[in-house]
Amino acid sequence: MLLLAGASTAASLLVPRMIQSVIDGPIAGGDLTGLWLFGLAVGVLGIAEGVTIWLRRYIQARVALSLEADMRTDLYAHMQRLHAGFHDRWQTGQLLARATSDLGSMRRFLAWGLIFGLMSIVTYVAVVVQLLFMHLWLGLVVAASAVPLFIVARNFARNFIKASRNVQDQQGEVAAIAEQAAQGIRVIKAFGRSPHMQAKFDAEAGTLRDLSIGKLNISARSWSLFTVIPNATLAVVLVGGAAAVASETLTLGALVAFVTLQLMLIWPIEALGWIIANGNEAMTAADRVKDVFDTEPAITDRPSAVPVDRAKSKGLVRFEKVTFTYEETGTPVLKDVDLEVRPGETLAIAGATGSGKTTLVSLIPRLYDVSSGRITIDGVDIRDITLASLRTVVSTAFEDPTLFSMSVRENLTLGRSDATDADIEEALSVAQADFVHELPFGLDTRVGEQGLSLSGGQRQRLALARAVLVRPAVLVLDDPLSALDVHTEELVERALASVLTGTTALLVVHRPSTVALADRVALLADGGIAAIGTHSELLESTPAYAAVLSAESEEVNA
Amino acid sequence: MTAVQTDDARSWRGRAEADDADRTSAEADDAQSIERLRGRSQALLRDLLRPHRRRIVWIVVLLLIMNAANLAGPYLVMLGIDEGIPPLTERGDYTVLLWVGVGFVVVTLGEYLATRNEISLSGKVSQELLFDLRRRVFRHFNRLSVSFHERFTSGRVVARMTSDMDAIRELSDNGVHDLVLAALSVVSIAGIMLVMDVELALVALITFPVMGVLGNWFRKYSTVVYRRTRETIALVIVYFVESMSGVRAVQSYRRESRNQAIFDRLNDDNREQNIAGHRAAATFAASTKGIGNVSVAIVLMYGGYLVMQGDTEIGVLAAFLLYLRRFYEPMQELTMFYNTLQSATAALEKLSGVLDEKPEVAAPADPRALPRAEGTVVFDAVRFSYRDDKVVLPDLNLTIPAGQTVAVVGATGAGKTTIAKLVSRFYDPVDGVVSLDGIDLRDLAEPDLRRAVAMVTQENYLFDGTVGDNIAFGRPSAGRDEIEAAARAIGAHEFISALPEGYDTDVRKRGGRLSAGQRQLVAFARAFLADPRVLILDEATSSLDIPSERLVQRALRTILADRTAIIIAHRLSTVEIADRVLVLEAGTVVEDGPPEVLISGSGRYARLHEQWQDSLV
Repeated sequence: MLLLAGASTAASLLVPRMIQSVIDGPIAGGDLTGLWLFGLAVGVLGIAEGVTIWLRRYIQARVALSLEADMRTDLYAHMQRLHAGFHDRWQTGQLLARATSDLGSMRRFLAWGLIFGLMSIVTYVAVVVQLLFMHLWLGLVVAASAVPLFIVARNFARNFIKASRNVQDQQGEVAAIAEQAAQGIRVIKAFGRSPHMQAKFDAEAGTLRDLSIGKLNISARSWSLFTVIPNATLAVVLVGGAAAVASETLTLGALVAFVTLQLMLIWPIEALGWIIANGNEAMTAADRVKDVFDTEPAITDRPSAVPVDRAKSKGLVRFEKVTFTYEETGTPVLKDVDLEVRPGETLAIAGATGSGKTTLVSLIPRLYDVSSGRITIDGVDIRDITLASLRTVVSTAFEDPTLFSMSVRENLTLGRSDATDADIEEALSVAQADFVHELPFGLDTRVGEQGLSLSGGQRQRLALARAVLVRPAVLVLDDPLSALDVHTEELVERALASVLTGTTALLVVHRPSTVALADRVALLADGGIAAIGTHSELLESTPAYAAVLSAESEEVNA
Repeated sequence: MTAVQTDDARSWRGRAEADDADRTSAEADDAQSIERLRGRSQALLRDLLRPHRRRIVWIVVLLLIMNAANLAGPYLVMLGIDEGIPPLTERGDYTVLLWVGVGFVVVTLGEYLATRNEISLSGKVSQELLFDLRRRVFRHFNRLSVSFHERFTSGRVVARMTSDMDAIRELSDNGVHDLVLAALSVVSIAGIMLVMDVELALVALITFPVMGVLGNWFRKYSTVVYRRTRETIALVIVYFVESMSGVRAVQSYRRESRNQAIFDRLNDDNREQNIAGHRAAATFAASTKGIGNVSVAIVLMYGGYLVMQGDTEIGVLAAFLLYLRRFYEPMQELTMFYNTLQSATAALEKLSGVLDEKPEVAAPADPRALPRAEGTVVFDAVRFSYRDDKVVLPDLNLTIPAGQTVAVVGATGAGKTTIAKLVSRFYDPVDGVVSLDGIDLRDLAEPDLRRAVAMVTQENYLFDGTVGDNIAFGRPSAGRDEIEAAARAIGAHEFISALPEGYDTDVRKRGGRLSAGQRQLVAFARAFLADPRVLILDEATSSLDIPSERLVQRALRTILADRTAIIIAHRLSTVEIADRVLVLEAGTVVEDGPPEVLISGSGRYARLHEQWQDSLV
């Protein structure tokens, strides 16, 4: 590619010299054949230039775009591997900006800016060298014009990089408000707060406008100088050149060639501003992408990790002195938790709002790693089990059911792509999710944000069916029935009871009704297990438990 | 995990009702609607540019100066050679040459001032214009109904507000002035060449028809390719966003490798379209270069012949050669900015489509004020269905006197939530009237309606910012003491004070710092602070544990004492505080009365209550 770039540059540099030869030779001497020959040669060279440009760009298109696509693939793979803690901190929009616009500006620089910059420099040097040979003094004048250009370029780069980073960040702020205004539209409408949001948006958009105008003014100052310097040089060259012709140190043809060559410098110099801006943006972008690539997945396979066989797993789960602290808060959510769930047992986790129930169950599939202590399955520390096999053994349904813009089937078989229709039917009937057959295209109907909208209860039942379908050794359900009405909840519970008999299960519960599914209940309070036992035992022995989960307390107003 | 097989490479997406069914006109992409949108987007552009008319005149003047300065160079070179050198060589007379030099200085200075001011001024216009457009689109999105947003989805709102705005910014920052300058320079160079030497000019322009054919091909081909590029990148973006927002599910179910396979495929599709576009541009640009070079050769030969015949000056030939270079260069620039232009045009079409979207729940033309609502809610022969689907409420008649607390119960799909949405005017009835204090909601001034009616739902969206900010959303003018009082009243004060920075704790992305139950408490405090006459609770306690729910209920007894309330709940515990219970079945009220009366009867509510009692054991 560089070869092709060099070839086309050489072709374009040769043409002015040939024109000089034509003017000084055949035209001055009246040699018609010479004129035709030179003319043809100029034409051939011109076509050669076009062909080499075409070849280079044709090849370059695939190279550069593949580079971008490959980086995007790598970035996606890396982000998928990054732990939940990372994703808690980073807005999806920020990640998206890195995978699209940042990679785009890197590609533009590598494919365009870099080659273009190199070509400009090569052109500049080649032209100046030729000019020096043609006429030393005039050539020196042109060479000297590089000094002010360099100074302007350096100042421009320095100011521009700061300004463009500010603008990029402010664009993120504006996008964040737009995103929230769309997602929170019901709340905004319900409280009539559109003017409030509009005022916030106008303030951020106004800041963006002012920052952008500032950035453009930096360009205005520098780019106008970029156009002035070569023109001023041209004036000197013309006057000086004419004098040289008069004193016969330069031929007329040479002066024309000299000026033609010098004019060739204008475009590369003007492009310089653009290339510098582009290069700076690419560097900022590379920094932003690197931020993500440099984040090591905190949750990975240990070198010594071994896979476990789902079929042989008994499902004995044990928490040993488990302490957990979210990175940025510093206060432990769980302190020295000891807990054992026996094979086949169903254990409910109860506790007040914010007591850490969801955190506790998120540790089992290793969405987070314990801060100290350990969790074992069948006696093996879960960090010594390969992640892939751990997550086959453990299956999880969260309170907030995530559905993707895909067919119902694809959503259900997320954890088990080889499931047969019979398996799917079974899971659907456990979750009382037979409504899918009434959807316009049954299992092939697209659901999720871009598809048919389902009610909260329907989504929750699909998420439950998805967890059940995996037939895990350990099933983790985080308040999986909160959005169901009493009647459906009862049907689900009845069906779920049969699934739970052979499976170790942890259920996060809010309601006495769901507790019925559990063999034992653990009460979570102050970061530890305050009590553990059967529902009726705890009701009698532990007043705190009665306060959280007694049927009577729910009936308090009855 | 199996790789994506070719036959099911597309099937994962599943089928939608008809791919166009949930499209809005803002998303249209058939030829006819695009034609219509094109007209609208031009009208929008004119409207946006109107306040800047004077500045635009200045920009045009500056561009003309820049163009003239740009073209003066070769002309001055010609003058210098043809008129300046002869007197110099013959008489040693520098006068003409010095004047040419002065000319150069003037031109250079003019170009500098013009360029600097033009970039500055057009940057200002472009940023003001974008600011105006952003505000308009944002305001319009806010005005559009909830049902529109349900179909349109937040992802596409973000796409409109970011990547479409970017496309327009890119064009207005650089593109427009480059395009105008290029066009100006092509036209004026052709003119100058014709003036200098008609014969030579015609020879120079002999290649022009070829350029026309080439340009036409490129325009047609690239329009198609660029549109496909944008479609494929949209799919990449949607898949990326969903994978990352649902990353917990992805990781828990080891979905990574299949996700990667699908993503790679979408990414590849986009790359191939992109390559096709870039290659078309390469072909066009390289051909332009080649054609330009050939015409230089032709001019050289014919011009040289004319000089030999003494029919033209050598300076004219030199100027011609210089002009020809400037003639073809801008055309190459045109290809570079063609992509920008295409994207910006499409973006403006999409945005004008959004602005063209009529709010289904329209603001009243002649709003009636209701400064102090009493809170009497009446449904009069209300019929309602979502789009063309089945009827949800066939014919609802209901009067809720001011101050009454009404609980609505019934199976999933009975239409409970619809009632809540109609009172909040998220939707308008298909037939009949919903009124507040005798005023049709469709005639009621928006601020008065919103002050009177507030709703708490089960989704509890929290905005970026602190816990305090989120409560204050109910009444932005509230002070810290009022915010705390609201939190205390609802029983949220305790957990909020226990947070590391209390009311100033950042709730993080979508309130992720808080548990589902805590978010619900914040939402309650928010509604309480708003102090509405009519409060609607739609499954508002589903994520609360029993002690919190009990606290909320105790608070509700005092809060609801002098207000109208509509409570929708699966859990009958919430219903107990109601003065009146409505049992809804298929959109019809089948039972209506005080809870204690209904329980003692043998109707549906009595049965529901029994079922619920059983579930507690």
